[in-house]
Amino acid sequence: MLRPTLFTIKEEERPTRDGFGEGLVHASDERGNIVALCADLTESVRMDGFREKYPNRFFEVGITEQAMSGLASGMAAMGYIPFMASYAMFSPGRNWEQIRTTIAYNNQPVKIIGAHAGVSVGPDGATHQALEDVAIMRSIPNMEVYVPCDAIEAREITKHIASTNKPAYLRLTREKTPLMLPDDYEWKGGKAYIVHVPKHKYGGEFAISVGLIACGPILYEALKAAKELEKENIGVTVVNMPQIKPLDTGFLLRFAKEQRAVVTLEEAQASGGLGSAVSEYLSEHLPKKIVRIGVEDRFGQSGKPSELYDEYGLSAKHIVEKIKSAVS
Amino acid sequence: MHSLTDVEVKALTLRAEDIRESIVKMLVEAGSGHTAGPLGMADIFTALYFRVLNHNPRHPEWVQRDRVILSNGHIVPVLYATMAHAGYFSISELKTLRRFGSRLQGHPHRESLPGLETSSGPLGCGLSQAVGMALMDRLEGHKPDRYFYCIMGDGEINEGQVWESFLLLNKYRLTKVIPIIDRNTIQIDGYTEDVLPLESLKEKMEAFNFHVIEIDGHDFRDIVRAIGAAKSSLDKPTVIIAHTIPGKGVTAFEGDYRWHGKSPSEEEGRKALRELRTLKGKVLHGEA
Repeated sequence: MLRPTLFTIKEEERPTRDGFGEGLVHASDERGNIVALCADLTESVRMDGFREKYPNRFFEVGITEQAMSGLASGMAAMGYIPFMASYAMFSPGRNWEQIRTTIAYNNQPVKIIGAHAGVSVGPDGATHQALEDVAIMRSIPNMEVYVPCDAIEAREITKHIASTNKPAYLRLTREKTPLMLPDDYEWKGGKAYIVHVPKHKYGGEFAISVGLIACGPILYEALKAAKELEKENIGVTVVNMPQIKPLDTGFLLRFAKEQRAVVTLEEAQASGGLGSAVSEYLSEHLPKKIVRIGVEDRFGQSGKPSELYDEYGLSAKHIVEKIKSAVS
Repeated sequence: MHSLTDVEVKALTLRAEDIRESIVKMLVEAGSGHTAGPLGMADIFTALYFRVLNHNPRHPEWVQRDRVILSNGHIVPVLYATMAHAGYFSISELKTLRRFGSRLQGHPHRESLPGLETSSGPLGCGLSQAVGMALMDRLEGHKPDRYFYCIMGDGEINEGQVWESFLLLNKYRLTKVIPIIDRNTIQIDGYTEDVLPLESLKEKMEAFNFHVIEIDGHDFRDIVRAIGAAKSSLDKPTVIIAHTIPGKGVTAFEGDYRWHGKSPSEEEGRKALRELRTLKGKVLHGEA
């Protein structure tokens, strides 16, 4: 399931935005009805490949996130599939109401690309670190929400949403992060899937089994934490859940039954995103111990991504501590 | 488009009076909604749907149709009434305005009613959609020949998104987009020049490099002539500033910003209908 080079010296890194850029070109090679709009960040959000190849279908709109939402909706009303991109802080941050009314309430198949999300955008500081985007997009009817874990998944999700008739939000990140999925990974229609099954070193049973559900590149920290916890006789099964809405509730119910506790992990506010979606469902259908790991009601700040992961309790060592204290 | 004959003006005038009566009736029935804007825009909507538009009420999805993008969604009673009179749906359905289960939502919902091009209510959103539509029209080589009429309020121009959209309209020089601004000078909290001054609006629009035409929004010849001129302008987009009287046709409502956002009571509605019918009688007999 995972890439053979992962956790070896041959480990490769690419930002998820790269995968988006490739997926957009691939999808457009297949489909003549794709158009793209960008708010003055074309190279940064990796729309430059599309711009070079399909200049007639690319629209540079300047720094007008609100109007960009309207343009995209109007384009969709004429039968096109528009991809509109900016940084997540500005779109959907600045233009949430336009997205809600003009895109989602109209039920137009506009694809909203929010790049540079999370604290990992680093030195730019809190103003540019979107931590609320998943929560605000998840709350809008008709809207689908996707958070890919690496560039490969970003590429496949981009191709998938290019083929659907629904509004969708795709969250991307700036930094290079490890490729975790194999090159031949195929999108599984939004299903969550297990990426790591713990192996007891003497072949026995773990004293405690925990399910760790993550979305986004932070899945890498989840895998590291799981390996660490194996040494402490805690078996952590790691799940990648790239689609936050609609949520794969069938998987969630089956999976949670096997676990002493369920832990969620995301590079976003701990309230409102993946952790909330999982908690909402399980609290009604299978109440059990849940730990939500994310940013705890704080703004970000400047720093290196690794420093910020430490500061906000998102790195593997913090995940290990939180899981240990939750199940002990 | 030839200029209107006296007979044509009379027919449009009578049609607009019918539409005003429907607006008053539906607002009284609903017990809430906006009165001034819909009455003030009845002549322009009548001109659009009964003279200007290339459309087919029996086939609202007809791909060659001109688009009317209502940006200030709160004046939707005039759109519903005009569409009903044009044959999109039955006039009797107008009395369901704002009721539970109605296709005529308090503010327009595209998916509820065929013929609506968009959902609106939160202000400032329409022009950008018209720009997006016209860009795709251009991508298709302007075939068939279609126009994108964006109906906007003057108060709504307070919204920043509108100015973003003006910048984009200028950038792309989309002459198929024809914004019609209802310059009725009122918004909820008062007169536009008190709340947030817009003047000089014409000069502002000209500074954006638009061709600007100011019209009397109650003069059918003026309305039709301005739209014809807008269609003939092939070098730059045309913005039509339509001076209208809010609440037009009912003396008690005319020019009073307090009628922006409320509906008439039954008694006020009865008086309004009497006045509108009297006016219609005068038009019929050539006295107005």
